[in-house]
Amino acid sequence: PALGLFLFTIARDPLRIIILIAGAFFWLVSLLLSSLIWFIAVKASDPQDEPLQKGLLIFGVMFSVLLQEAFRFLYYKLLRKAIEGLVALSEDGCSPISIQQMAYVAGVGFGLMSGAFSMINLLADSLGPGTVGIHGDSQLYFLTSAFMTMVLIFLHTFWGIVFFHGCEHQRWWEIAAVVIMHLAVSGSTFCNPLYVGSLVPSYLMMATAAVWAYMLSGGSAQNLRRFLLCKS
Amino acid sequence: MITFMNNSDSEEEPCNERTSLMSAESPPVPSYQDGLQASGGGEAQAHRKRRTGSSRSPNNIADGEMSDSGVPVRGSALENEEEELTLKYGAKHVIMLFVPVTLCMIVVVATIKSVRFYTEKNGQLIYTPFSEDTPSVGQRLLNSVLNTIIMISVIVVMTVFLVVLYKYRCYKFIHGWLILSSLMLLFLFTYIYLGEVLKTYNVAMDYPTLFLVIWNFGAVGMICIHWKGPLQLQQAYLIMISALMALVFIKYLPEWSAWVILGAISIYDLMAVLCPKGPLRMLVETAQERNEPIFPALIYSSAMMWTVGMAKPDTAARGPSQQTWDAAEDGRDNHGSSSHADSQMSETRSPVPTHPVTSLEELEEEERGVKLGLGDFIFYSVLVGKAAATASGDWNTTLACFVAILIGLCLTLLLLAVFKKALPALPISITFGLVFYFSTDNLVRPFMDTLASHQLYI
Repeated sequence: PALGLFLFTIARDPLRIIILIAGAFFWLVSLLLSSLIWFIAVKASDPQDEPLQKGLLIFGVMFSVLLQEAFRFLYYKLLRKAIEGLVALSEDGCSPISIQQMAYVAGVGFGLMSGAFSMINLLADSLGPGTVGIHGDSQLYFLTSAFMTMVLIFLHTFWGIVFFHGCEHQRWWEIAAVVIMHLAVSGSTFCNPLYVGSLVPSYLMMATAAVWAYMLSGGSAQNLRRFLLCKS
Repeated sequence: MITFMNNSDSEEEPCNERTSLMSAESPPVPSYQDGLQASGGGEAQAHRKRRTGSSRSPNNIADGEMSDSGVPVRGSALENEEEELTLKYGAKHVIMLFVPVTLCMIVVVATIKSVRFYTEKNGQLIYTPFSEDTPSVGQRLLNSVLNTIIMISVIVVMTVFLVVLYKYRCYKFIHGWLILSSLMLLFLFTYIYLGEVLKTYNVAMDYPTLFLVIWNFGAVGMICIHWKGPLQLQQAYLIMISALMALVFIKYLPEWSAWVILGAISIYDLMAVLCPKGPLRMLVETAQERNEPIFPALIYSSAMMWTVGMAKPDTAARGPSQQTWDAAEDGRDNHGSSSHADSQMSETRSPVPTHPVTSLEELEEEERGVKLGLGDFIFYSVLVGKAAATASGDWNTTLACFVAILIGLCLTLLLLAVFKKALPALPISITFGLVFYFSTDNLVRPFMDTLASHQLYI
């Protein structure tokens, strides 16, 4: 689905592609920094201590989430400057791309990158021989990973929109809400392999975020109804 | 260690010369300012050329009209418009370069992942005589540094040789050399590549069919690259030969040497383009002074140029020829991997439809593209291919390097728009790529693996 999103909405406009790739880049940098921190922490600690490792992992995850959001903010700043530049240079005085479109694209960029990093090794392995869950792990590993990745990509997209909107209108509570949601989603994955604990809340949150983002983008129930019933 | 010398010394030479040509040339490409000074000519020409040079954007008809109506007055106004258009349409050109670079990388990565041949170590080039199978780390490092020095000096010598030849107008020699090397590349390497791919997939093919296929491929390729042909076909061929060359490099360069070479090449690139006495810069300036066409087959250009009818006959007469020169010298400039926004080298193969002129203004519809040297393609693909081949984190690392290179390309093009000079395309991208490769491989991979094994998501 994310690929579909990409093809239909982003591939047309070259500026969006650049913003997408830049978004992916920012996510990558945040990942790099967070894994650096984690790595240092692991090296500095005792490798034999199981709970400590788990604790470090959790710490790493939380830190990474915070860093991701921080980078989203940085990216927002950069895009603001870019928009000002574009407006100044354009012929008719308005920018060729609105901040909301940028928010959307940035969200997709983040999402795609995180999804790719989560899934791609899995996909490569899934081509090879082997049985899933032979050691007593869940047999639904691939399936749940796929769903989780999809939900995460969508969530990133929606968070992008909400986040940028919050920054635009100086509503700090929106930004805080995004951060908390992200933390909650990541935290819920700690329940794995008890999948009901992680997938269900994630989907619920995705639905919430979707509705919220839709509202922010100017949609309403009426628009939706008109769209669905194909009225003009 | 068996060297490749026994079998194909002569094969490798032109190949490497060519590569070194391309990589050496990569950086630079003449700046517009040089072009501007060199062109002289009438106002119209100067304007057109400047427009061609400075803006990377496709010229609007409106732009053409405006520029033509108040020619002498237009000076600064035109430049401002051009700048606006530059940045506004810059995105389009960036994408025009993204696509081929991506395609090349995809081809290389796909081949590396599937065909075993390119990851086996069957010997080394004579250009990298020191082996890396030594027991100690220090020795290995030393060997790789020595290898790099030899390789870089080979490239420098080749570049200087080319510049000297160019200065003394030995065009036939250069043309012959290029034709020979592209011939070899098209036929021999394709043969090897096809053979390996068929072996991997266990498909049988008899010799006559093989001969027919390769002959057709090679002949069409030669025509397309060196003479006229549809733009997309030419682009496809250039991508394919870049990929083949990159694969050869990946196979035959030992590991540490490859990384050190990549780093050294980008430094060399930077110096050769920006230093006033750099060979590439001299090449470019000489070329521009003489207003001569550039060698085909060393640059990738992304657009075509059409010239639609001219109002004034004398300008019309001068128009196409001047543009030929523009394109030519632009083309030449682009030998190297510098990305250079100029008028097109595909001048020679662009259709020149002349429509009956109804309006008084000169209507020029140009779709200018950006040019990137083939050496750039090759080294980007080498980086990504090496990441795919040797990284234990597999796809994550490859993906990270890919994104890093694209961002580097973006930044380079942005700098190009800002500075309006020929710029080396290698340094930024390769630096990003290397940084990301090493950091992803060592830092991110354990993190992601641990996360994945617990199925945690960040």
